[in-house]
Amino acid sequence: MSGALRRTAAALLRWGRGPGGVGLQGAGVRAAGSGAGGGQAEQLDALVKKDKVVVFLKGTPEQPQCGFSNAVVQILRLHGVRDYAAYNVLDDPDLRQGIKDYSNWPTIPQVYLNGEFVGGCDILLQMHQNGDLVEELKKLGIRSALLDETKDQESK
Amino acid sequence: MLSGQLLRRLGSMATRVCLSPGSAGPGPVGPVEAAIRAKLEQALSPEVLELRNESGGHAVPRGSETHFRVAVVSSRFEGMSLLQRHRLIHETLSEELAGPVHALAIQARTPAQWRENPQLDTSPPCLGGSKKTRGTP
Repeated sequence: MSGALRRTAAALLRWGRGPGGVGLQGAGVRAAGSGAGGGQAEQLDALVKKDKVVVFLKGTPEQPQCGFSNAVVQILRLHGVRDYAAYNVLDDPDLRQGIKDYSNWPTIPQVYLNGEFVGGCDILLQMHQNGDLVEELKKLGIRSALLDETKDQESK
Repeated sequence: MLSGQLLRRLGSMATRVCLSPGSAGPGPVGPVEAAIRAKLEQALSPEVLELRNESGGHAVPRGSETHFRVAVVSSRFEGMSLLQRHRLIHETLSEELAGPVHALAIQARTPAQWRENPQLDTSPPCLGGSKKTRGTP
């Protein structure tokens, strides 16, 4: 298992260029964009709790506008997380500043799991590499696709 | 002797290469980079502090100090979650992050964690996102 995780982590770190790797299959992703409601604390509180997995990105999951936001999208994709809410802060300056204040975090992307702030790209990547993300997703009732991938490889 | 002349000539060539503007390698350390280094050193007494100005890979003017990656290796991080470590670094650099610094990739490790993989990672390529709103983090 850790071997497979390491391999995918290594693949991820090569940061494939071009739009080829960006597409999301079966997009259950709700791009909420400017429907995020401005960026006041109460609204943001409701927003991050509305869905199990919530991300604030520059751009959309289909077309991230920043390498770090793209990395978050790719990590979720690797784990087969399709049903998550993604908000594009470039569509809404109030949201862009509001979420930074709300999370007390100065940069985008930002990731929430079960209403709790997890961190940005570096932390999600680290959790992906050390296996914590699989465990955190399990707590949300989401089975990481990497587990199935590993099983397939082991049974060969 | 001939070899002496050769050495002198090589020496002056080397000097010219080093001084030529735009030569490969890291550029001069700017004031923001210097401030980041000084503040992290003072706040966290790191065993290792690696700092890279990655602004050149982004849609900002040459010589900018907007995008950085830092590896901070400190025993202060023992017993702290990743989130706590990152918050501590953000607090230490709050002035820079509220001002010129637009992106800061962080590797916050304990000395033991650093020894497992002692390298400053590479950031993903810029996708050009903030061109319209350049300068606002």
